[in-house]
Amino acid sequence: MTAVTTESRGSFLTWLKTGSGILTTMMVVITIALIPAIIQGGLKLFLQRIFDSLNNGAVYAVTAIALVIIFKATTLINFAGANIAMFGAYICWWLNTSYGVPIWFAVFAAMGAMAVMGAVIERSLIRPFDVSDHLPVVLITFGLAAILEAFAGGFWGLEFHKFPSPFPSDPKDRFTIAGAFLRHETIGTLIVMGMMIVGVYLLLKKTKVGLAFRAVSSNPESARLVGVRTGRTLQAGWALASALGVLGACLVAKQTNLEPAFMAKLVIFAFAAATLGGLDSIGGSVIGAFIVALVQSMLTGYGQEIPGFSWLKSNFALVLAFVLILVVLLFKPAGLYGTRRIERV
Amino acid sequence: MSDLMLSLVGVNARYGAVQVLRNVNLEVSRGEVVVVLGANGAGKTTTLRAICSMVQTTGSIEIQGTQVVGKDTAEIVRMRVAHVPQGRGTFPELSVLDNLMVGAYARKDKGIQEDVDRWMDAFPRLRERRSQAAGSLSGGEQQMLAVARAMMCKPELLLLDEPSLGLAPIIIEDLFRRFGDINRETGTTMLVVEQNANLALEIASRGYVLEAGQVVLQGTAEDLRSNEAVREAYLGA
Repeated sequence: MTAVTTESRGSFLTWLKTGSGILTTMMVVITIALIPAIIQGGLKLFLQRIFDSLNNGAVYAVTAIALVIIFKATTLINFAGANIAMFGAYICWWLNTSYGVPIWFAVFAAMGAMAVMGAVIERSLIRPFDVSDHLPVVLITFGLAAILEAFAGGFWGLEFHKFPSPFPSDPKDRFTIAGAFLRHETIGTLIVMGMMIVGVYLLLKKTKVGLAFRAVSSNPESARLVGVRTGRTLQAGWALASALGVLGACLVAKQTNLEPAFMAKLVIFAFAAATLGGLDSIGGSVIGAFIVALVQSMLTGYGQEIPGFSWLKSNFALVLAFVLILVVLLFKPAGLYGTRRIERV
Repeated sequence: MSDLMLSLVGVNARYGAVQVLRNVNLEVSRGEVVVVLGANGAGKTTTLRAICSMVQTTGSIEIQGTQVVGKDTAEIVRMRVAHVPQGRGTFPELSVLDNLMVGAYARKDKGIQEDVDRWMDAFPRLRERRSQAAGSLSGGEQQMLAVARAMMCKPELLLLDEPSLGLAPIIIEDLFRRFGDINRETGTTMLVVEQNANLALEIASRGYVLEAGQVVLQGTAEDLRSNEAVREAYLGA
């Protein structure tokens, strides 16, 4: 009898330390902390905050997946990823507004263009270096980020541009659920994200090139020994990640407006999401994305109502993201669902 | 001598400024099992890596009469050469099944699924653990997986780098019995680098002894087993 109790307690504690356990604990703590505010503000407001977070969550997820793919390929964070995405969004906007290309065609054209750029970057700037020597590659991605930002500013100016919405975005395009508004745009963003995740999953798990990519990211030397052309495989990874980044940027640009630094600001949240979920776990980083978005929405929405926290405004979301990254790296460096320790970032 | 599977003539290999192999000559006939003995750092692993073009090499290396020095590793693998590196070289994050599938990466024929079944029959533990991550397997199971993965490319030449390393004696014996079986059943030519000379010489017909990157002795398994220097250095007698 006693033995059984100890054992079940032991397995509960073990479960608490797994990704799902930590996740559940986090959600419970957040919910309890918010109970007074939810009671005060009402269910409608609470629901609205959740809906508001979905859109951000989907965009963070798409951007985080792009980071994860490059991390799996190089064990490095691609600091140029955000600006590759930004540059693609500009191309999309430029095709749409200057040449009248329908928005979705413009999105796909921009994704294709940046996929080519990603492949060229891998071949010319990443492959010549040994990725196990991290400093040159990290510096290269930083340099690339600066160059892309400068070129975007040079071609298209530093001012804000209105980005065409890829979804119906009239203020009336929304559903009302228990008094809270769920915008059609949000649903569209979620659907695109869902399709993208399924696509990436099938590509990685069901195709030969996906198998090769997983093999290279697991053990590059052995991958060579079974005949995988590792360079070309990683190049495909860069192309894919660049295209996905552009998709994420095009989904969010309507809300943030277009300017050369708009993705650099957003990528911190995607980085927090990927770190939380596990930098080598696509599923984990999607979960991480929605948590980051939810916490962001709740804390900036309700935080100031908690006594003593009136200074918590929306501009603290960025601080929150950094705190989250720091806490995860300190206490669970592999993230909730990651497998690899992050030693070299 | 038209039935040469592998021939190394005057092979030198280096890692940057460090020359590891000096003028190595080595031959393996089709269907033969040949062992390479030598102390740590003698150049055994480098010999195998040179054959797969994983190290800077000069000299001549012919596989079934085709010169491979300077070729891409991926091309050499497509000539049906499988290499089980030291430390198994499995893909720890991938499932056992995916490890086998990746072993067949260079193949284009339809018989891949059949071969998966075949090697899972040969190593039933792999079937039991087919969806488990390879990294969670024991050392012995990982070595079985590494061998099965190598066999998935239907190799004509199998390079084995210290397969006994880190394994319990009883598992090593089983493993070498398997190598003998595979060689007899499939006719796969094998070049085995091994510290455990006793077992290796049991399945091998000939052997080479490397010292400081040079071949210092070669002969049949019989000759080597009775050679005084070999007995002292590698057979513990």
